[in-house]
Amino acid sequence: MKSRRITQDKVVYFVNYILLTLLLIVVLYPIIYIISCSFSSGNALMTGKVKFFPVGFTLDSYETVFKYKSIWTGFKNSLTYTVCGALISIILTLFAAYPLSREDFRGRKIVTGLFLFTMMFSGGLIPTFMLVKNLKMINTMWAVILPGAVSAYNVIVARTFFNQTIPKELLEASKMDGCSDFKFFSMIVIPLSKPIIAVLSLWVTVSLWNSYFNPMIYINSVDKYPLQLVLRKIILMSQVDLSSANVDPMMVAKNRNLSEMLKYGTIIISSLPLMIAYPFVQKYFVKGVMIGSVKG
Amino acid sequence: MLNRNSANVKIKKKGSFIKYFAAHWQLYLMIALPLSVLLIFSYGPMYGVILAFKNYKVSLGIWDSPWADNYGFNNFIRFFNNYNFKECFRNTLVVSIYSMVVSIPCSILLAISLNYTKNILFKKAAQLITYCPYFISTIVFVGIINIIMDNRTGVIGSVLYNHFGINVLGSAGLFPSLYVWTGVWQGIGFGAIIYIAALAGVDMEQHEAAIIDGATLLQRIRFVDIPAIIPTVVIMMILNMGSLLNVGYEKVLAMQNQNNLITSEIITTYSYKVSLVSTFPDYPYSTAIGLFQSLIGLFLILAANKIANKVSGTGFM
Repeated sequence: MKSRRITQDKVVYFVNYILLTLLLIVVLYPIIYIISCSFSSGNALMTGKVKFFPVGFTLDSYETVFKYKSIWTGFKNSLTYTVCGALISIILTLFAAYPLSREDFRGRKIVTGLFLFTMMFSGGLIPTFMLVKNLKMINTMWAVILPGAVSAYNVIVARTFFNQTIPKELLEASKMDGCSDFKFFSMIVIPLSKPIIAVLSLWVTVSLWNSYFNPMIYINSVDKYPLQLVLRKIILMSQVDLSSANVDPMMVAKNRNLSEMLKYGTIIISSLPLMIAYPFVQKYFVKGVMIGSVKG
Repeated sequence: MLNRNSANVKIKKKGSFIKYFAAHWQLYLMIALPLSVLLIFSYGPMYGVILAFKNYKVSLGIWDSPWADNYGFNNFIRFFNNYNFKECFRNTLVVSIYSMVVSIPCSILLAISLNYTKNILFKKAAQLITYCPYFISTIVFVGIINIIMDNRTGVIGSVLYNHFGINVLGSAGLFPSLYVWTGVWQGIGFGAIIYIAALAGVDMEQHEAAIIDGATLLQRIRFVDIPAIIPTVVIMMILNMGSLLNVGYEKVLAMQNQNNLITSEIITTYSYKVSLVSTFPDYPYSTAIGLFQSLIGLFLILAANKIANKVSGTGFM
C-alpha cells in the first residue's frame, strides 16, 4: 500500500517535470524564433524558411535599426518619459503612502477612501482627455506622465509596506530625540524602503516604457513619439520609410526585403532593456506582488 | 463623574487641535502634493462625466451646454439602441470571461507545478523564463503574434493554413481564443507569483499529517493545497470582476484588423473610435459609453465582494 503510493507520487513528480519542460519550450520558442529571424536574410523571412535557427545569417537587420533615425529619437523620448515619469510617480506615491501609514494621521480613513475609490471608478477616456486638453498639456511629456502618476494601488502597496516594516517604537524614540516627520521620513523611512522603491520603480518603468495608448492620443508630433509609437508604425502598420530615415541606399539595394527585416531587429532592440533588467529585480517583484496581495 | 470626564476630554481635544497640527503639519504637507494630483487627474474627470448628459456645444463648454434630450439620457439611449451596442457588449463579455476562466486556472496549475519541482535550479530557471514574456510591450507582442500566425510566412500560421485551412489572423471566430491564449503565454508566469506565495504559506504540518494518513501527492494537492489558496483565488476574481468590461483594450486595439472586427470590437475601442479618431467626434456619446462601463465595473466589484464575504468571508473590503 505504502509503496504503491510512493510509486504513484514518483510518477506524478516525473510527469510534472515533463509538463513543465513542455511549457518552457512553448514559452521560449516564439522568443528564440524571433531572435533567429532577426539574424536571417530577408528572402528567408519572406518565404517562411526560418524554423528554429537563422537562415542566411546576416546582421543587416540590426545595421538598419541602428541607422533608422526615428527609432533612436523614439528611444531617447521613451527614456526621458520613463525616467521623469518614474521619478515623479515614485516620489508622489511615497509622499502619499507614508502619512497614510501613520496611525496618528487624522483623516487617514477619508483620504485612504479617496484613493481607494479611484480604483473602482474613473471618469473615463473622454473626460480625462478633455481635462488634459484644458490644462494645455496635449503634445507634451506631462500628458503622458501626470494622469497616471498617482496610482491608488501602488499607494496602498507602499502603505502596507510601511505598516509592516517601520516599527512604531522607532518613530517614538526618534520623536523623543526631537526628530521631525520630514527628517524621520528622509533619514529613517526611505533607507529602510529599498525593496518597495525597487518594486514601484519596476512597475512604473515597465508600464511607462511599454505603454502606447496614452502617447497615441496625447502626443501628435512625430519627433516627440516614444519608442512604442515608432514601433507601432514599423511593426504593425508596416510604414517604413527607408529613404528618408538615414539608411544606407546600398543596404536598401542589397536587401529587397529590408523593411521586413527591420521589424525583427526593432523587436529585439526595443525589448532588450527590460529583458536585461528584470532578472536583477526579480526577487523584488515577487515581494511586491506578495505585499499587494495582503488584504487592503 | 463620567460625564465630566468626557467633557474634559472634549475640551482638551479642541484645545489640542492646534497643538496636534503644530506637531503633524509636515505629514499634511507631504500628502498635499500627491492628493492634489489625484484630485485633479482622477476626480477632475469625474466632473467631466456630466458631459454624458449634455448636448455638447464646443463654444459653450461642458457646463453651459444644454442638457441632452430624454431627460439628459439621450446619449445612453442612443448607445443602447445602436446596432454596435449588442456586438460590443457581447464581444467584451466573451473576451473577458473567457480570459478569466482560462488564465486564473493556468496560473494556479503553474504555481502548483513549480511548488512540487524539487530541483531548485530548474525551478528558478522556469520562473525566470515564464516571467520573461510579461516584459514584452503590447505593440511588440502583437507584432510577434502577427509574424508567427501569418498564414503565408508565419511558422505556426502557415502550418495551420496549409494543413488545416485555418487562417488564424483572418478569421473573426478565432479572435477570442487568439487573444486569450496569447494572453496566457504572456501572463502565466507573472500571474502564478501570487499563488506561489500562497502555496508557500501552507502549513507543512498539514502535509505531514496527510502523508501519515496515506495521502498521495495528488490527494494532498486536492485536499491541502487547493483549499489553502482559495481565498487568494477569490480576491483575484473580485479584482478581475471590476475590470470585466475593461479588458486589455490596448492589446485588443493593436490586434484589430478588418477581418476580425466583428468579434474584436469591444466597448472601450468603440468609444475611442467614435470620439478620438472619428471625423465627426462625438464626445458626449463616448463619455456616456465610458460612464456606463465604469458604473457596471463599480457595481460588479462591489457585488462580487459582497458575495465573497457572504459565502466564505474572503472579500477584501
